[in-house]
Amino acid sequence: MTTRIDARFAELAKQGRSAFVTFLMAGDPDPKTSLDIIKALPKAGADIIEIGMPFTDPMADGPSIQAAGLRALKAGMTLKKTLEMVRGFRKDDDATPLVLMGYYNPIYIYGVDKFLADAKAAGVDGLIIVDLPPEEDTELCLPAMKAGLNFIRLATPTTDDKRLPAVLANTSGFVYYVSITGITGSASADSKVVGEAVARIKRHTKLPVCVGFGIRTPDAARAIAESANGAVVGTALVDALRASLDAEGRATSKTVGAVADLVAALAQGVRGAKQAAE
Amino acid sequence: MNPNLPNSFRTGPDERGHFGIFGGRFVAETLMPLILDLEKAYADAKADPAFQAEMNGYLKHYVGRPSPLYLAERLTEHLGGAKIYFKREELNHTGSHKVNNVLGQIMVARRMGKKRIIAETGAGQHGVATATLCARFGLECVVYMGAVDVERQQPNVIRMEMLGAKVVPVQSGSRTLKDAMNDALRDWVTNVHNTFYCIGTVAGPHPYPMMVRDFQSVIGDETREQMQEAEGRLPDSLIACIGGGSNAMGLFHPFLDDPSVEIFGVEAAGHGLTQLHAASIAGGRAGVLHGNRTYLLMDDDGQIQDAHSISAGLDYPGIGPEHSWLHETGRVTYLSATDDEALAAFQLLSRLEGIIPALEPAHAIAKVMELAPKRPKDHLMVVNLSGRGDKDVPQVGDILKGKKK
Repeated sequence: MTTRIDARFAELAKQGRSAFVTFLMAGDPDPKTSLDIIKALPKAGADIIEIGMPFTDPMADGPSIQAAGLRALKAGMTLKKTLEMVRGFRKDDDATPLVLMGYYNPIYIYGVDKFLADAKAAGVDGLIIVDLPPEEDTELCLPAMKAGLNFIRLATPTTDDKRLPAVLANTSGFVYYVSITGITGSASADSKVVGEAVARIKRHTKLPVCVGFGIRTPDAARAIAESANGAVVGTALVDALRASLDAEGRATSKTVGAVADLVAALAQGVRGAKQAAE
Repeated sequence: MNPNLPNSFRTGPDERGHFGIFGGRFVAETLMPLILDLEKAYADAKADPAFQAEMNGYLKHYVGRPSPLYLAERLTEHLGGAKIYFKREELNHTGSHKVNNVLGQIMVARRMGKKRIIAETGAGQHGVATATLCARFGLECVVYMGAVDVERQQPNVIRMEMLGAKVVPVQSGSRTLKDAMNDALRDWVTNVHNTFYCIGTVAGPHPYPMMVRDFQSVIGDETREQMQEAEGRLPDSLIACIGGGSNAMGLFHPFLDDPSVEIFGVEAAGHGLTQLHAASIAGGRAGVLHGNRTYLLMDDDGQIQDAHSISAGLDYPGIGPEHSWLHETGRVTYLSATDDEALAAFQLLSRLEGIIPALEPAHAIAKVMELAPKRPKDHLMVVNLSGRGDKDVPQVGDILKGKKK
């Protein structure tokens, strides 16, 4: 099975560069603006798009992404509407990989089989579910693989060589390396330490390795892209979005542009990397 | 009753931490290696007679165990039915059952070489117990407490600070226990290298529900012996309040395989089950939060709903996974008591027995007031008096004076 994610990495390997992966919350600050933002991302330079599924209790996220989720929920976002948004995006773009990222409970309540079928039909390519470690693979990971979706696992600084094979066993699409022990948007990663960690993971897998958590600037994105197959930026984009809102937290005429401009700058950073990882 | 009843109710969880479909290990990868380490460290400790001996020494000389099993004669007479016994957990050092579990976990943390302890707290009883034992063993202590709870449980905040703990008021979400647990988990993910998360109830990822239950089972083990001594037989019924459910599980677990013992858990019905409440079994369904699958209050999209209870310790939209399983198997009956019922029980107990209970066990007393009159006079009913009410005196005083409702 080849997904859009596999195709995109194959294409980037030919170009000899790493991927720029963006994260934004579905429905932030409202469903319509959110779709407009997502639609603007590929042109601005996003190679892969991660879309957050809002959840009331995002235990691995810092204040920025927590607030983004609450804005989306307040604007009436649901998992069903997130899938509608994916369908809206797919009308004009059948190539850019879309990955849904979030927590298990909304999917569990939606119904695992129904969710996988609806997500696949909508044009989702992969899932990143923060609170499903390999120990819980029977819940969603194995059914997702069977349904033709990539299940992208997080590896962290605490995932040692002994544990890595278990983490990688049912991972597909790419491996998401969490560069810090901590929540999203907190500390910044040291690119040298991250490079060593990526090299360590690559000794265990042929999958591309993308790095996220703690990357905020074009320079930081460039540094990470020199050792990893992709750099993921989330909190910085969510912060740019928030800064464009009016006093009541509503979208303004600047909102889509504010996010797209930062995406373009970060994409330049990634494209400026001296040497992409093999 | 479920047709697939187990031979024993006391053998769970399985090796993956499941009680039926409940429990599990739904945590971020960052925490998983540590949770596996903890599982191993706890298994080693459990099998080590020196660990048990040391713990028993502290339970006796520091906590003050065994706690008495007290015949509440005036309440019995007042209700005119079952003979009511109180398991006096409120007499423990720090004023509640929470210390039993904290002592055990702190001893495990010491075996693992962890120097920094974090905890979440609702009413502050678990926070106080954690701050106390951290002071006793010279460990750094950080307690996460919802900002709403910081306000309504001021006496415990002051106690924790006097004991040297840092109390962090949590401003996210509903600013109560659920959010305190989120922020404690965020701290843990960040400081996983040196930090031990001392969870206060029978919830969270495996092995916590099992480990906390084991440390609290001293309550039921003692009750069994004490009742044998007092009446020469088993009790006929047990009753305890439930937020996450640790005092209840501690009392219930040693009796689960005694079919003659009726068991009742009491959830907080807040303003009533059709309004804001904290009764996850009565008003929720199975979902995944805070590391385990269990009954949760949520909407149709799987978003967690805010709970409400007059009692900060019960103000949580979930329940320990083993309780969810005991509910589905039918072994334990789950009831609920409203804020008003708990307030009435709080006052009745204060006047009749000279015991000011915490608002949490006042919920259990409220259901004793309903159940006991319907039982014969030779029926032996044990209620877990899990905490004392000093912390609630200012809040209840204000409510009774009509200052706030």
